[in-house]
Amino acid sequence: MLELKHLSFEVPGEEEAKEIIRDVSLVVPDDKLVVVTGPNGGGKSTLAKLIAGIEKPTAGQIFLGGEDITEKSVTERAKLGIGFAFQQPVRFKGIRVIDLLRIAAGKKLSVSDACGYLSAVGMCARDYIKREVNASLSGGELKRIEIATVLARNPLVSVFDEPEAGIDLWSFQNLIEVFEKLRESISGSSILIISHQERILNIADEIVVLKNGTIDKQGPRDEILPSLIGTSAAVEECRRLMPAAKGAENHA
Amino acid sequence: MLKLDEIQMRLLREVADLHTVPEGAYNIRSNSESAGRQSTANIEITPKTDVSGLEVRIKPGTKNESVHIPVVMTKSGLKELVYNDFFIGENADVVIVAGCGIDNCGNQDSEHDGIHRFYVGKNAKVKYVEKHYGSGTGTGKRILNPGTEVYQEEGSSVEMEMVQIKGVDDTSRTTTAELGAGAKLVVRERLMTHGSQKALSTYVVKLNGADSSADIVSRSVARDDSFQTFDAKIVGNAACHGHTECDSIIMDRGRILAVPGLEANDVDAALVHEAAIGKIAGDQIIKLMTLGLTEAEAEEQIINGFLQ
Ligand SMILES: Nc1ncnc2c1ncn2[C@@H]1O[C@H](COP(=O)(O)OP(=O)(O)OP(=O)(O)O)[C@@H](O)[C@H]1O
Ligand SMILES: [Mg+2]
Repeated sequence: MLELKHLSFEVPGEEEAKEIIRDVSLVVPDDKLVVVTGPNGGGKSTLAKLIAGIEKPTAGQIFLGGEDITEKSVTERAKLGIGFAFQQPVRFKGIRVIDLLRIAAGKKLSVSDACGYLSAVGMCARDYIKREVNASLSGGELKRIEIATVLARNPLVSVFDEPEAGIDLWSFQNLIEVFEKLRESISGSSILIISHQERILNIADEIVVLKNGTIDKQGPRDEILPSLIGTSAAVEECRRLMPAAKGAENHA
Repeated sequence: MLKLDEIQMRLLREVADLHTVPEGAYNIRSNSESAGRQSTANIEITPKTDVSGLEVRIKPGTKNESVHIPVVMTKSGLKELVYNDFFIGENADVVIVAGCGIDNCGNQDSEHDGIHRFYVGKNAKVKYVEKHYGSGTGTGKRILNPGTEVYQEEGSSVEMEMVQIKGVDDTSRTTTAELGAGAKLVVRERLMTHGSQKALSTYVVKLNGADSSADIVSRSVARDDSFQTFDAKIVGNAACHGHTECDSIIMDRGRILAVPGLEANDVDAALVHEAAIGKIAGDQIIKLMTLGLTEAEAEEQIINGFLQ
């Protein structure tokens, strides 16, 4: 279980400090999938970075399984069981896909085990395992590998920042299954996905809407989802924000 | 049989991946003497008579054979200058493994200066691997100054892999090449310097024949107070393709100077130089930390990968 208590994050601005996250309190319970959505610039990625320890909150606390991890480093949090897939995955010269998966797994992963993680994200493992995680990979390939590194860690809390971005429609269903399986396979674990995708919102247990750095709406999917896609204003906003979703409709 | 001690065997493993006597032709030079030599039906190794060094003659058409000529030095204060000439016959296809390991536990400098000349016949193919390695706790420096001259005839191809990852205090490497029509040269250099080491790498490649090409890529890491210079010049004298690239990571107080040099003397010469120097990207370290590595472990992995 992950718990955020009155979390705030501000950065020095030109005249006054700019608050990017304002007093956010949130619980991601065990065995649950929480989806955070909201407009661009709302603070979603920043929230994810605060959870992973990449940014330090200016106020508030973070608890993992009841333990206060607010002061813990990125490495310590990773070891305690926080996994984080970046919105923009990092490229490495010379580090191969299998190397990255081995680092993620923290052990000598066999090639077939490593291939398992790649297959899970819909990649033909044989073609990729020895490839370098460098600029030669396409955006979508990189994104899948990023997700695979988090799967390889078996985290207690997995945070995925817009995992669907760049993933083609045909693999989308596969990705959804990956998240569902992940939720089932690790008991006591929880998943937090940042997404604009209706199909991902659809598998959420709970939905959080983050706007201007604060929680605008929060609750069970059945309560929140209709209010998001029901109103014409929201549809308009979603259309603007979700070109991928529009594409999905066209293909449906 | 070879008469080598533990340290000498360790150096051999580092520079030539040798655990035992190599197959094929070889000459092992240890503390300025030959510790073992073997020619084969197609590859003849003979010592030079006028100066220190070897002549290696590879018969035309020799395929899938290798030559190992590693050098190890374990005596402090040794300084040697060696000339090795390789004559590679037409249509041959061979692997040549050189390399020098110096273990200096004394307080005098040890220095090996090796001049290697390659005369590559028509349509011959050569893969050349040269590794440098230094060890030992003495205050005496480990110095290596390799000079490589390559003369490539029509349609020949040479691939060079130069590696210096550890322990060499001072090195000045000069590589020159002249390429005939359709000849191809590929160089991959990997270099890491630390402490107060200095490394200078100079290339002058002349693309003289039509459709010749050269691709020279250096990946390097400068740590601590070390200093590297990468000075690569390609001269295009015909319709040709030339590419040099210096891709470097600096850490601590390390410094790197990359000097691009392109000279096009023919309107159909296409020459490109790329250079990028900078510290390890912060998001690379952070990504590996989210996978459970400490900052130091993350740096180590990034550098290992980079120098792969
Ligand atoms: N270190 C920083 N300094 C200044 N501004 C920042 C910093 N980090 C984030 N911001 C700003 O905070 C806001 C929230 O950014 P964030 O990346 O968290 O948004 P997001 O909800 O993930 O948006 P998107 O949907 O586009 O990914 C943005 O306006 C961004 O420019
Ligand atoms: Mg974001």
